Amino acid sequence: MSIDLETARKVAHLARIRVEEDRLPALAAEFNAILGFVEQLNEVDVTGVEPMTSVTPMRLKRREDVVTDGNRQAAVLANAPDAREGFFAVPKVVE
Amino acid sequence: MTALTDLTIAGARDCLRKGEVTATELTEACITAVEAADTLNAFVHKTPDIARAQAAAADQRLKAGDAPDLCGIPLGIKDLFCTRGVPSQAASRILQGFRPEYESTVTQQLFDQGAVMLGKLNMDEFAMGSSNETSCYGDAVNPWRVDDRLLTPGGSSGGSAAAVAAGLCLGATGTDTGGSIRQPAAFTGITGIKPTYGRVSRWGIVAFASSLDQAGPMTRDVRDAAIMLAAMSGHDPKDSTSADLPVPDFEAALTGDIRGQTIGIPREYRMDGMPPEIEALWSRGAEMLRDGGARIVDISLPHTKYALPAYYVIAPAEASSNLARYDGVRFGHRATLAQGDGVTEMYEKTRAEGFGPEVQRRVMVGTYVLSAGFYDAYYNRARRVRALIRRDFEAVFADGVDAILTPATPSAAFGLGEMAAADPIQMYLNDVFTVTVNLAGLPGISVPAGLDANGLPLGLQLIGPPWEEGDLLNIAYSLERAANFVEKPSRWW
Repeated sequence: MSIDLETARKVAHLARIRVEEDRLPALAAEFNAILGFVEQLNEVDVTGVEPMTSVTPMRLKRREDVVTDGNRQAAVLANAPDAREGFFAVPKVVE
Repeated sequence: MTALTDLTIAGARDCLRKGEVTATELTEACITAVEAADTLNAFVHKTPDIARAQAAAADQRLKAGDAPDLCGIPLGIKDLFCTRGVPSQAASRILQGFRPEYESTVTQQLFDQGAVMLGKLNMDEFAMGSSNETSCYGDAVNPWRVDDRLLTPGGSSGGSAAAVAAGLCLGATGTDTGGSIRQPAAFTGITGIKPTYGRVSRWGIVAFASSLDQAGPMTRDVRDAAIMLAAMSGHDPKDSTSADLPVPDFEAALTGDIRGQTIGIPREYRMDGMPPEIEALWSRGAEMLRDGGARIVDISLPHTKYALPAYYVIAPAEASSNLARYDGVRFGHRATLAQGDGVTEMYEKTRAEGFGPEVQRRVMVGTYVLSAGFYDAYYNRARRVRALIRRDFEAVFADGVDAILTPATPSAAFGLGEMAAADPIQMYLNDVFTVTVNLAGLPGISVPAGLDANGLPLGLQLIGPPWEEGDLLNIAYSLERAANFVEKPSRWW
């Protein structure tokens, strides 16, 4: 599997990371080195093996479906780069 | 009496309880040592005011005779742990200015015991690295030095390792996703344990790869690791993957008696091109355990060579998902936007400015292996191989092996900047002996066992079955006593 510039551009966009055009060839080369390394996994016979979902066999605990936290608007907003009138502020999303 | 900053946690505990020293005196000695060690760049946010207040409170408890093991013990906290009101930015620009409104469970437990926080410690950005060179604070420096070169303390818990080895604090918290406690411990001649997945709560620790991350202590010796691990462990309702199991008295497990224990030597860890010194150290370690009365057996873990490739699918995949939260909206950095920029530009510019190159690379690799059409070929295949890696260990433990002995790292500490030109895979190979343990969720401990020809520390790793940290620490304690590693870096900083 070889990553071309178009794929590198697409992955960067999916990851929401701006990558300048002149950086794309180097990025594609790095992807190819890493993916080339993980190609080795194709040597392993995984017939009948389920993908691991939990590293230690455990049942997730259950609890009552009740509110356990909340009413902390100031604390939630305290670290926001831009908070106004009790909301997170972002650039306009709807024209 | 030894310098206060050279005390072990156990030694300091006993002195504090006997009233031979106060927590305030001990803390002041550490603050002075930290102030004199800026060259090492281990502490990146110092909190002397908090430390003094905590020390005063600890002295009250000591006087009242209510003093848990860590009461009055000065510690360093890896920057990955959220600490209320104190910068906690995972060594990333994207969390510049972030001051959590809450306390991680681990640090809360340590503080409840009376521990003293000297400050936050350097690390690789989001714990992604093996040399502490991806940090937004700059490199942490190894206190060990043999020539003009500055050496890496390893990573990602490089600041923790440097601080403990240099005598700036008595112990430090670390986290380990692929070797990030054990490799830096080995590079700096200290002890570090990654407990069983689920032993320690991950709540309030900045997430990298949630199915692999575990916190653990980094200390001067095995006894201190046992004491500090007990304080960090336990069930936490806020982390659904933390195990609801009693925490044994790990220190009480340290009898040093390993007669009748079976220690496995995995043949697949004898890598091509392994330096003869590492091989010799490994053999000596096996002899020491045999002399202690253990039975040494050859074992096979056939899927070992696939651990690193599986890790470099699974860890980036989980990271790409975890790091999606850094969007410039709720906390941390937001890029300055141009006229007309919308939310997509905000995300893309913020993340390009906020994440360093290694983090960007891993987030994008993770995005790729999870994307439609590749999910099965990469991510699901890696998770299947991961199941086989765990099965290898289960088979060995079912055959009666009590612990597995391996080298901790493929080399001693290397020079800062020496790997800059190498491709990322070369750096990843640092974790070749440690990463299997995270994939299988097992406890692993690195113990300093000798010096290489240049005079740099080398470590050995012991791996145990799930939840058997007590036995594992005891075997490590026996190895530590036999290896008798007492060397310390001479102070040049």
